[in-house]
Amino acid sequence: MRGVDLLGFALRGLSGHGLRTGLSLLGVTIGVAAVVVLTAMGDGARLYVVDQFASLGTNLVIIVPGRTDTTGIPGFGGIPHDLTLADAAAVDRQVRQAVRVAPISMGTDEVAFGERRRQVAIVGTTPSYLEVRQLEVARGRFLPVGELDRGAPVAVLGRKVARELFPGIEPIGQVVRVGGWRMRVIGVMAAMGTKLGLDFDEVVIVPVATGMKMLNRSSLFRVVVQVGSAADVPPARAAIRELIRQRHGEEDVTVITQDAVLTTFAGILTALTLALTAIAAVSLTVAGIGIMNVMLVAVSERTREVGLLKALGVARGQILLVFLAEAALISTAGGLLGLAAGWAVVGTLVGLYPQFPASPPTWAMAAALGVSLGVGLLFGWLPARRATRLDPVAALTGR
Amino acid sequence: MSEPAPLIRLTGIGRTFQVGDQPVHALVDVDERIGAGEHVAIMGPSGSGKSTLLNILGCLDRPTAGSYRLEGREVAQLDDGELTRVRRHKIGFVFQFFHLVPRLTAVDNVALPMVFDGVPRAERRRRAEQALMAVGLGPRLHHRPDELSGGERQRVALARATIMQPAILLADEPTGNLDSASGRAVLDLLDRMRAGGLTLVVVTHDPKVAQRADRILLLVDGRIVRRASADGITEVLAMLTENDA
Repeated sequence: MRGVDLLGFALRGLSGHGLRTGLSLLGVTIGVAAVVVLTAMGDGARLYVVDQFASLGTNLVIIVPGRTDTTGIPGFGGIPHDLTLADAAAVDRQVRQAVRVAPISMGTDEVAFGERRRQVAIVGTTPSYLEVRQLEVARGRFLPVGELDRGAPVAVLGRKVARELFPGIEPIGQVVRVGGWRMRVIGVMAAMGTKLGLDFDEVVIVPVATGMKMLNRSSLFRVVVQVGSAADVPPARAAIRELIRQRHGEEDVTVITQDAVLTTFAGILTALTLALTAIAAVSLTVAGIGIMNVMLVAVSERTREVGLLKALGVARGQILLVFLAEAALISTAGGLLGLAAGWAVVGTLVGLYPQFPASPPTWAMAAALGVSLGVGLLFGWLPARRATRLDPVAALTGR
Repeated sequence: MSEPAPLIRLTGIGRTFQVGDQPVHALVDVDERIGAGEHVAIMGPSGSGKSTLLNILGCLDRPTAGSYRLEGREVAQLDDGELTRVRRHKIGFVFQFFHLVPRLTAVDNVALPMVFDGVPRAERRRRAEQALMAVGLGPRLHHRPDELSGGERQRVALARATIMQPAILLADEPTGNLDSASGRAVLDLLDRMRAGGLTLVVVTHDPKVAQRADRILLLVDGRIVRRASADGITEVLAMLTENDA
């Protein structure tokens, strides 16, 4: 028997029961589409996070004041030293790998122009911040280069802050009040959106020394250090820890690398993707049982036909192939339809949320197709074997 | 010099079914020889074992006792694959209820055995069309069974049964479901095929069918109780009525 004839015969067998075949096809389609959509979403979430981190700048080492583990004798010590501007300057000077160092002071305060006022995030930092965080200035300029501990009374406004405080007015050159301070506006940021929870359209950026005084802080919020390459990250991290230990007498800061955070997130999200895949696999299995059901009905309905085939001298193996081919056709067609449907859903999602880079991973699509074909053959096997074992005499009389 | 082996040779054939704990003897000690080109009718009351005998002849069923030699070969010794080939190439079947595949056209039904034998499509088509024209269904090639009359369906079945050029055609009540005109047309076809050298074994209730045979076997309770020539049909019929009464 030739392959083309086998397929033709199986196809006509299926089309004889359009509704039943269609429903079973639908089951496989939904199963495969579920795999495609769920893995796309899981993978999309992973890519989204990776993307967010990348948009924060690359090759960053971040110094956070305080230790995550408990240190010191109760009642004594245990209170970490402040992370100061001098520390930041020392890092810039002494850590060989450091390319840019951006000390950051953070808090919230009210910014006002005339009667208009708005509660915003205040970021005190240095000119390096622009490159470290990959930000852009739309108009005017960013913070001026100057001595670290001398804060000029100038401010750069987030896009939305500028729009809200200065409707129809050129903000550059105007004076705003931030808390009790009068600051001259020297620049407006380009639209940056939200990066890791901070909406850069709603910030006011001031020189770091000004920010610390304004917010009444003695310690920096963070020091972000950018190094030359990914290979520089571990030695830079070690050097920073050593330097701080020397300066503070103990290691009372936490040094995080972007990679470590990213790896953790990626790990969590990969697990999420796998969990979603497992859920989708359940629906594929259900679809397989659907195929088995359809094939069992087909075999019992076509008992006489099986008897006839035997009387005509059709071999057992050929009868097995005929029914297996029908199951395989359902699962393959369902698999392809499922891929198409899944792509359509993912496409719609991406159309609705363009910032969410959902796309089904290739391995997931290949696996979904493979599994659906496998499921079809596996669950088609039992009914097909049942057909081959029918007694021809009994089958011919429909028993 | 011994005469050549007959096409079919049955010796002491028995077939026992187990129904519950009760053994049912469908065939008991059947001896028979059927030569190539013969036309044999098997008659007998319902449940006398006619169909069982036909199924054994067609290698669809295996005897539980005795020996069945087909063309000199012991059928009991053939494996599954060889039996399949015997059914495909040596034996044609015609049934009372036609057994056409409902979703296939007349041509495709006739071509079916060739599909599973790997005959190329174009040749299948040509041979199937030829066979259908030979049974007078030239204008009905692409009709499905539900668009054909009973007589036409049986003629399609006949074309299919003989498409592989078997040595033996086994027919189980071939006219049982047909009106007398269609029945006659089918019987005429059978006669013509037989004239072409085909060996015919026909199970029937109908004297008009049996009359056309060379010999008639009367089966009662699984035994051949009477062998008669076509001329002896009256006698056989008398015995049948007697037995029914």
